[in-house]
Amino acid sequence: MAGTPSWRLLVLLIAAVALVGASLLSLGVGAKFIDVSDVVAAFLNPQDSVNHAIVLESRLPRTLMGIAVGLSLGVAGALIQAITRNPLADPGILGVNAGASFAMIVAIGLLGISSLTAYIWFAFAGAVLTTAAVYVIGTSGRNVVNPIRLTLAGVALGAVLTGIGSGLTLLNPKAFDHLRSWSIGSLDQRTMDMVATVAPFMAAGLVIALFAVGGLNAMALGDDLATSLGSNVNRTRILAVLAITLLSGSATAAVGAIGFVGLMIPHVARWVMGPDQRWIMAATLLFSPILLLVSDVVGRIAVPGELPVGVVTAFIGAPVLIALARRKKVSGL
Amino acid sequence: MSISRPDLDFGRQTLLVRIPGGAASFRLETRTVLVCFAVLLLSLLLAAVALATGDFAVPLPEVLRALTGGGDPMTQTVVTQWRLPRVLMALVLGAALGMSGAIFQSLTRNPLGSPDIIGFNTGAYTGALLVILAVGGSYWQVAAGALAGGILTALAVYLLAFRRGSHGFRLIIVGIGMSAMLAAFNHWLILQAELEAAMAAAVWGAGSLNGITWEQAGPAVLVVVVVSAAVLGVSRRMRMLEMGDDAARALGVRAEPTRLLLLILGVALTAAATAVAGPIAFVALAAPQLARRLCGNAGISLLPSALLGSLLLVASDLAAQRLFAPIQLPVGVVTVSIGGIYLIWLLAREARK
Repeated sequence: MAGTPSWRLLVLLIAAVALVGASLLSLGVGAKFIDVSDVVAAFLNPQDSVNHAIVLESRLPRTLMGIAVGLSLGVAGALIQAITRNPLADPGILGVNAGASFAMIVAIGLLGISSLTAYIWFAFAGAVLTTAAVYVIGTSGRNVVNPIRLTLAGVALGAVLTGIGSGLTLLNPKAFDHLRSWSIGSLDQRTMDMVATVAPFMAAGLVIALFAVGGLNAMALGDDLATSLGSNVNRTRILAVLAITLLSGSATAAVGAIGFVGLMIPHVARWVMGPDQRWIMAATLLFSPILLLVSDVVGRIAVPGELPVGVVTAFIGAPVLIALARRKKVSGL
Repeated sequence: MSISRPDLDFGRQTLLVRIPGGAASFRLETRTVLVCFAVLLLSLLLAAVALATGDFAVPLPEVLRALTGGGDPMTQTVVTQWRLPRVLMALVLGAALGMSGAIFQSLTRNPLGSPDIIGFNTGAYTGALLVILAVGGSYWQVAAGALAGGILTALAVYLLAFRRGSHGFRLIIVGIGMSAMLAAFNHWLILQAELEAAMAAAVWGAGSLNGITWEQAGPAVLVVVVVSAAVLGVSRRMRMLEMGDDAARALGVRAEPTRLLLLILGVALTAAATAVAGPIAFVALAAPQLARRLCGNAGISLLPSALLGSLLLVASDLAAQRLFAPIQLPVGVVTVSIGGIYLIWLLAREARK
């Protein structure tokens, strides 16, 4: 039954319904519980009430950010695992997280900047510049993308930036204090402005990812076979790297480093959907925001004063991942 | 023992070593031998520099005299009691980490493989964090907490991944999940803690050789020597396991027990290092890859990885002590920088050819 088109469509349908449900939960649950009817009323017939203000001004941007960040990280993760054929690869492997953190340390520690909106631009610039450097080192400027070398270049550059960064933070307690809250990833205190800032980059990344997906199936056969089948392996890899940079760079800039979504969801999607990358991508698009929104909701009510979403994501996701990995057949890449 | 050129041309220059009487004979690759010697020499040179320099400079002849038991008492205390344990630890723990990385990269057949795969270091950090934040904790308490956390985590990962054999891929996935959970928990602990305690914990988490004494170094050296000998004993079976379980079985290797043995040995090597110095990052990941590139080997090799691990840690520790003196950085912060830059340089050079 698994693997037939109707089964896959059914999965996608269920996931879509679940995503709507998760969004409603995210709008309604929190320090103040708000009825579903009241949530819906806030959209259809907004009034000057406290509940409607909470839904529209604080929880709506948070929910939208959760959806946008979730699907960006998930798609970026699926792409990086497909082009490196490495199950350990997450979007951070191209140096996105390390670059963003490093830029934040420079912004806080050396330039003394302390507004969330300014952080976004620094983190995004750091992520993009680092990935560009990884790409240049990994390909030696020749535009032939070798996945193993790309991976190692990303790990190496990421390590250097992390090392210098943690050296700087250990010498600068203020930067350390800021960074320890940023490095965990949180959807709290996000505004519509911030969503609007990162949304165009994410949209561009998604469109580019769409162009790359077609070539990923051939690539799974190995570079030689894919090339002999007429697929341009190199073009696919370059498009994918571009998409990953835009998607995970903007997501990380907006909410901090959330590591686990991009690593886990593509594995889950592959086991549910089978090896076809187009279906994996479609499932990832729906699964990742669900995980992020549900984790965020759980984080709001788990302890007084909220748990950051980055913590909850791992605690909800990891048991699912481990349980799935213990099934009889897990497919590799 | 006789060393000769083999009659057959293997494509790469090799040396044939025979022990008289036909007890054993083996082939060595010339380039690997040369690289190993060069790396060893460089490590010893850096070790000598580390013994000789510092706030209290000791000329090299004096260092030698102090090491052999002579010289004036002050010099002897500085060299043999203060500096020697630290330098020796850098050499030994570097080798342990390099070798452990080689084992895990061979087991997972993945260049990103490292002891972190099985969650040991993340678990050790959790254990140490709990001790540091809950009771403050002396050196030994923190070390005990780290060991307990690391071993429990590794055990949990292995058992969760075990299902009619610990398939390599399943091990990776379970390890990812477990590490992610613990890492999130660690982050949260650091976020909750007072700034000062959090920074102390972060220094431990980076890995540091500051203030190592003979008391701490002795047991670690013993563990590393014994375990390394055992690893070299199973290295042939490890090679065969790299070809896949089926091929290895056909050649007479029992796949599952061998894998478990290698896992235990690899974890033991990491555990020795983590208990003494905290989770020093990146040596286990970078050393095997650096060794592979320097020796021009197709696969991962144990001895060169161990030697490169030593070199990396000795060089990093020297830099950590001297670079921003009087501020003493944790060595782990420097390892990632030096190792990373070196790996980048090698990759760039390899690509240009």
